[in-house]
Amino acid sequence: MLAKRIIACLDVRDGCVVKGVNFEGLQAAGDPAALARRYNVEGIDELVILDVTATIEGRRALESTVRAVSAELFIPLTVGGGIRSEDDAAAVIDAGADKVSLNSAALANPELITRLAARYGSQAVIVALDAKLSDTSYEVYARSGRAPTLRNAVEWAQEAEWRGAGEILLTSIDRDGTRTGFDCALTAAVSNAVRIPVIASGGAGKFADFLEVFTVGRADAALAASIFHYSEHAVGDLKHYLSERGIPIRR
Amino acid sequence: MKRIALIDYGAGNLTSVRKGFVAAGADLFTPDSPSALAGMSAIVVPGVGHFAATSSLSDGWREAIAVAVRQGTPLLGICLGLQWLFEGSEEAPDVPGLGAIPGRCFRLPPPLKVPHVGWNALEPTPRPPSALLEGVHPGTHMYFTHSYAAPVTDACAAWTSHGVRFASVVDAGNVFGVQFHPEKSSDSGIRILENFVRISCSRNE
Repeated sequence: MLAKRIIACLDVRDGCVVKGVNFEGLQAAGDPAALARRYNVEGIDELVILDVTATIEGRRALESTVRAVSAELFIPLTVGGGIRSEDDAAAVIDAGADKVSLNSAALANPELITRLAARYGSQAVIVALDAKLSDTSYEVYARSGRAPTLRNAVEWAQEAEWRGAGEILLTSIDRDGTRTGFDCALTAAVSNAVRIPVIASGGAGKFADFLEVFTVGRADAALAASIFHYSEHAVGDLKHYLSERGIPIRR
Repeated sequence: MKRIALIDYGAGNLTSVRKGFVAAGADLFTPDSPSALAGMSAIVVPGVGHFAATSSLSDGWREAIAVAVRQGTPLLGICLGLQWLFEGSEEAPDVPGLGAIPGRCFRLPPPLKVPHVGWNALEPTPRPPSALLEGVHPGTHMYFTHSYAAPVTDACAAWTSHGVRFASVVDAGNVFGVQFHPEKSSDSGIRILENFVRISCSRNE
């Protein structure tokens, strides 16, 4: 039976992890490769490196980060943040990324989804969708949640699918950073409307939040950052918790 | 010098497959023409995407690989490469596979989500264990990403279930295939690549 995936996100700026790194025993705190190594030992199913750099120098640092992480870890690696063109995608894929995550660039230029899917296969193309509740429906935001697009989240997810996306990375802007749980209504609405896997993101605070998003939220995978940073055993403990409650998990 | 050939026919990115084999102790060689396959100790056919992409193997590669297989050269198909070992696929009915294993690949049926993406378990078949799976316990999870799959036949060395059962590992003499991505399946995946490298060495002694 297909396991529900637990995905750790590393926010990286200029080659260093910038968010929520606060644990003991790690020699090179802030080193993405060291953090990735630890997550791998704990049993994480996938990694996402999210680049929050805005400079050329930072992009080069990103490529060496991707190279360092992929050289020794043999689990799927996604790179997102700042991928605006086919060349940007090619650079991180050549460095060792298995998938790229497109966000604002896909909204501005949906053809990019199709071009990348034709070149690398749909399995290499994730469309990241940041959504916020507005009245009774969910609206898509671009530019890290700052720019409303007037697009409906469910409709954009469906469009991304027919344009060739292999997965949807769905982030709730309302829940992101709150640690109050995933937005299960949003996740279920999108997951029920597409045939491709949906990765839920935004709001993970406790183990029960994952159980809820895998059941009520119908998520295929769940992504978090800080919940995994603060404890050395969080990934293993979370998997044990979910497994005991009947969620299929990779052990 | 004996070498393992990685066939690059333009179906996806091969960086991860190369890195996986390096971790398994083998540096893959990418031949630029089918004639370069003669004398290779083993052949790897990777691939992601549409079955039609394998049609670019028709320009001499298919015949050269078939000859090598008849001579006993170990062959490993990965993902789309496994599907290509069969006679064909309903994804591209006009494109012939290698035909080393009888049967045709089919689309994974609803209602479960397709593509089948993520970690799923290898289940054992009644036949004797494959050398490719040495040290890999039944139930081990591997990383899959595919929409079409191969049927469970006599060649099936392990199956996996996603709504229906499909062949996740095949072993037919010197022809091997894995539907998952061993290069993305952590330590157990690398173990399978190591097993293939070992099979390649022992057949060429």
